[in-house]
Amino acid sequence: MNISNQNTFIKILKAGWRDIFAALKGYKLAGVLGWQDIRQRYRRSSLGPFWLTISMGVLIGALGLVFGSLFDSPMKEFLPFLTLGFIVWGLISTTLNEACTGFITAEALIKQISLPLFTHILRVVWRNLIIFAHNIIIFPLIVIVFWLPLPATALFSIAGLILLMINLSWMALLLSVFCTRYRDIPQIVSNLLQVVFYLTPIIWMPRLLPKRASILLLDANPFYHLIEIVRAPLLGSLPSALDWQVSLILAAAGWLMTVLLYGRFRSRIAYWL
Amino acid sequence: MSHLLLDNVCVDFPIYNTTGRSLKNQLMQAATGGRMGSNEKGRVVVRALQNICLELKEGDRLGVIGHNGAGKSTLLRVISGVYEPIEGSIHIEGKVSSMIDLSLGMDGEATGIENIFLRGALLGFNRKWLSSKVGDIVDFAGLGDFIRMPLRTYSAGMQMRLAFSISTLVQPEILLMDEWLNIGDVDFQEKVQQRFKEIVQKSSILVVATHSPELVEKVCNRTIRLERGSVIST
Repeated sequence: MNISNQNTFIKILKAGWRDIFAALKGYKLAGVLGWQDIRQRYRRSSLGPFWLTISMGVLIGALGLVFGSLFDSPMKEFLPFLTLGFIVWGLISTTLNEACTGFITAEALIKQISLPLFTHILRVVWRNLIIFAHNIIIFPLIVIVFWLPLPATALFSIAGLILLMINLSWMALLLSVFCTRYRDIPQIVSNLLQVVFYLTPIIWMPRLLPKRASILLLDANPFYHLIEIVRAPLLGSLPSALDWQVSLILAAAGWLMTVLLYGRFRSRIAYWL
Repeated sequence: MSHLLLDNVCVDFPIYNTTGRSLKNQLMQAATGGRMGSNEKGRVVVRALQNICLELKEGDRLGVIGHNGAGKSTLLRVISGVYEPIEGSIHIEGKVSSMIDLSLGMDGEATGIENIFLRGALLGFNRKWLSSKVGDIVDFAGLGDFIRMPLRTYSAGMQMRLAFSISTLVQPEILLMDEWLNIGDVDFQEKVQQRFKEIVQKSSILVVATHSPELVEKVCNRTIRLERGSVIST
């Protein structure tokens, strides 16, 4: 790499990082906008966002009955597993799906005010985290109903959730940039996410897999590791070292790649809208 | 010290949804709008601004005139930082504020109070400071108890009053405007013009896009005329 190449490399990295840093510094704006989205969605409904909790609860109950008996798993074991997996997956898939239109729906704002563009993605991430907080209420309810012991490992899932959000943020930013330029990608993303949902142990338990298949479906599936770091501690076991390693490396490599791409194309986003 | 320098600024809009081939390498000669053409990759582009050079210093009041589609709004957006020039460079010192869409980000279902915080957050104010200003804003807008009602119950004039009262909390150094603001009934007009004049006076640089020769006469000390993306007279 000669000197001028190295310079542009650093310049691009800096341009991307500057925008992201400015957005993080002004996190309050993303917070206000994210809350506003939730309010707007549930205005004049008496239960508000708790409708999410209810419909999620009903869905999990129904799925639990069908798949629990289909796979012949004891409810006491299967239902907590399904609940956590399903809710964490909900967080992942809606964040990524909505990130695809993150810049597109913020067009009016982007074209009028010069804000750090990552703010619009933080807004999407934050909005979905709020929804996740409403959904996760179901888990303590299930713990109480089945009178399960709350494991001491549970606290690790907070670290897991933070690492998951760090990963989701770069994925969201990367997707939103591509989807703004190429408007066919949102369809592909939602299709792929649906496939990943069935490939990942969310409604089926990993121990049902034959040994050989598990390497492909579990170890090579980043979403499995990302779900495990949140789910496993709450179910009483620590995530494997591999889960942490994959999640950490994914976060580091993902962010590096995203900052580079973002630094390169950030100034084009307003033109693509 | 506010300062604004545009050096040979060009802005191209890529157009992705027209059939590129038929327009490729063709330069359309139309009376309005930018120049259509294609870039080196053969993609259809509209050149909205071409080689704009402009320097504004403290005290400058620039009127930008030109036909519809001459590039006035694009120029304002380049100055506000929304569009980065394709070619050329721009250098800005001072806080840029635009008074173009005053009600941007406001939500019809939210109450007046909620909208103060929503719009205020977009303008860069923190919650605490806004809380201390709510009284002033409501007084100035003259909305009384309506401030607790959803914005959609307001008349268009009342909505503008609220938007204006919040947006003019900003004290810009470089102020961008698209036409002069005319809002409200007779009583409110006077208050608006009063506050507006104060803001314009305090701002160090003003850039206003307009069709009105009287406005230019009254407010500006410099003008540029844009035609199809180029400055044709200064």
